[in-house]
Amino acid sequence: MADDADLKSLPLDGLHRRLGARMVPFAGYAMPIQYEGIIAEHSWTRTHAGLFDVSHMGQLLVEGEGAADWLESLAPGDFKALQPHRVRYSLLLADNGGVLDDLMVTNTGKSFYLVVNGATKHDDIAHMQARLPAGLHLHHMDDHALLALQGPEAVTVMSRFDLTSDTADQPGFADLKFMAGARYLWNGITLGITRSGYTGEDGYEISVPAAQAETLAEALLAHAEVKPIGLGARDSLRLEAGLPLYGHDLTPQITPVEADLAFAISKRRKAEGGFPGAERVLDQLFNGAPRKRVGLAIEGRMPAREGATVWAGETQVGVVTSGGFAPSLNAPIAMAYVETPLAADGTALEIDVRGKRIAARVVPMPFRQKNYVREGDRK
Amino acid sequence: MSRYYTQDHEWIEVSGFTGLSATVGITDYAQGQLGDVVFVDLPEPGRVVAKGGEAAVVESVKAASDVYAPVSGTVTESNPALTDDPSLVNSAPEGEGWFFKLTLSDASELDGLMDKAAYDAFVASL
Repeated sequence: MADDADLKSLPLDGLHRRLGARMVPFAGYAMPIQYEGIIAEHSWTRTHAGLFDVSHMGQLLVEGEGAADWLESLAPGDFKALQPHRVRYSLLLADNGGVLDDLMVTNTGKSFYLVVNGATKHDDIAHMQARLPAGLHLHHMDDHALLALQGPEAVTVMSRFDLTSDTADQPGFADLKFMAGARYLWNGITLGITRSGYTGEDGYEISVPAAQAETLAEALLAHAEVKPIGLGARDSLRLEAGLPLYGHDLTPQITPVEADLAFAISKRRKAEGGFPGAERVLDQLFNGAPRKRVGLAIEGRMPAREGATVWAGETQVGVVTSGGFAPSLNAPIAMAYVETPLAADGTALEIDVRGKRIAARVVPMPFRQKNYVREGDRK
Repeated sequence: MSRYYTQDHEWIEVSGFTGLSATVGITDYAQGQLGDVVFVDLPEPGRVVAKGGEAAVVESVKAASDVYAPVSGTVTESNPALTDDPSLVNSAPEGEGWFFKLTLSDASELDGLMDKAAYDAFVASL
């Protein structure tokens, strides 16, 4: 599989193989699914620090006068109010309000830095280029790798690095709180660091020139707190954290309200609209959506996977979009879309797994408490 | 007692006076490919399985994978230890981590299976 001629290699391909990774095709790249094992890697990230190679993701820069206004024509965030060095989670929406992608948007002070999903990045770029006005420039940073260092000890490890602020008017590294980001110099290498991630843990995502990615990865792995973590644990970590995965829990057929991501529609945008699909999305927001993304706790040990149908008695009321075993909970969990009247916490439902009905209950997400270190926290 | 192997990475150990009783599991290579096993959906005693047909499902953290019957027969017992500790499939795939026992309906079906040397060579070729 890894020899597949159509598969592209990540900048850290050689390092992954030296570290004993099992490589699988994902988003068009050969990527590490696991090193020592998903459960061990998952638990390590929850207790120490895990290093993830997420270089398949698309890193984009939007530059030019009016970039915030233009982003507001594509996504429902309040980018005009996004302060320099702050990060927001947002959604790229189709004209009917369906979700084309989910993304992170950072105001760098001079531009907007976007991180989009690997499997959708080329479609996203085409979508944005087709709507790009004169005077704005969209740059695909395909010469950069992206590493994520996630876990409660990520801050300990990063604090040992000699990181110099790139500009005077940005937060020093020690002051970087969750959902903030800036550029820092390390050993002559410019790193774009955001305190963010997709595991439910505190941590960082680090943009690094591809040519220097291995130097940085080796430097991180030299710390006893850090182990390399594959895509398998990344999936189980984000599932426990209640974070949707694009292409599974989010698709063009799903709206932000149905996905229970209305927090990504900023207050001003809720009042003013003006984003793609605003009429439909705001109608759902104020008057209700037909279905909703929920978390399901599953009785017993048998996992329910994506595609399994959800039932209330003899009526199918939904479908599982992500499901698996939650290592930190030692139990199977799932995300599903169910009819809104059955989406309340505590609702008893059943899931059909290979013709067997297993009992499930709607529970709040995250399934496991997140460990973010936010602005105003003491740490 | 003789142990045979399939190209789908199951093993079957035939035993008993008549040579018609057998124990089935998955190989060490298979468990390594699957990763951490978290659940095994085992066949009920009395279930009739056909050679190459679906007999069990093994769930790793990541995915569900079918386990096929190496030969045709009737399931007599499934491994109760796997219900409490599915990770036995990882730690002892060709021993305590067995899946089920069955009574063969046609012992000649064993003729098409591999012995250990042939299976090891097959795995080495993958």
